[in-house]
Amino acid sequence: MVPLAISLDGPAKFITFGFISVSVPNLIMIGLIIVFFILALVIPFPTHKSDGK
Amino acid sequence: MTTMWTTKVRRATIEKIDPQDALPDNQPSYVASWIYVFGVATLAALVVIIASGFVLTSKGATWWHTSSVGHYWNSVHLWAVELFFVFMVVHLWGKFWMAAWRGRRFQTWVTGTFCFLGSLATAFTGYLIQGDFDSQWIATQAKDGLNSVGIGSFFNTLNSGQALLLHVALLPFVVGIIVVWHIILVRKNGVVPPLDAKEIAGGGK
Repeated sequence: MVPLAISLDGPAKFITFGFISVSVPNLIMIGLIIVFFILALVIPFPTHKSDGK
Repeated sequence: MTTMWTTKVRRATIEKIDPQDALPDNQPSYVASWIYVFGVATLAALVVIIASGFVLTSKGATWWHTSSVGHYWNSVHLWAVELFFVFMVVHLWGKFWMAAWRGRRFQTWVTGTFCFLGSLATAFTGYLIQGDFDSQWIATQAKDGLNSVGIGSFFNTLNSGQALLLHVALLPFVVGIIVVWHIILVRKNGVVPPLDAKEIAGGGK
């Protein structure tokens, strides 16, 4: 078996802000979604310019 | 003489959609943006989810826990679901900030919402049928919350047989129907133009 960079055998670490409690993996996923959303807005989409439209 | 039901269905479906709108070969220029891609990316992830789900269903829980090939397909299913929700949330945010219900697209927005809610329920029942300590922990933790709002009267998270049938049969069927309905409405009504768009062409009614 190839050793993993992080241990998946124990429970995830949680970050708590008052009544909000979120696990680090979930927080990373939420951050990734925000990054994807911003990139989707700012990165130019490739278009076909050769057809004269 | 009353109109036949086949005539009513044909008029309400096939005759409502222009062939050019059903399978278009061009789109308005404003559709050339990555934000419009995430709806299709969500569909692509759904195809992988269903295909990997077929494999897992045919082999069973013992296989996906003990076999390396089973672990692989279990992971494909899990990560396809993760990407499915990532793509769907970006799609949802994009459509929300575009006010995508404009131009008589209210039904498109509502069916998309029900796709999201149905997918949440399907994912939750998926956690319940993993067949390991994780699913037992989630089931025992979730039952109190669901019981407190009355859902326990018809859905018991500790009933793994109920969760299994919901996950592999009823909920995918319901979500599948709503997804097809959502796509038909998108094709029929066209892609919503940006708030400041002047151009109306192709499917952008």
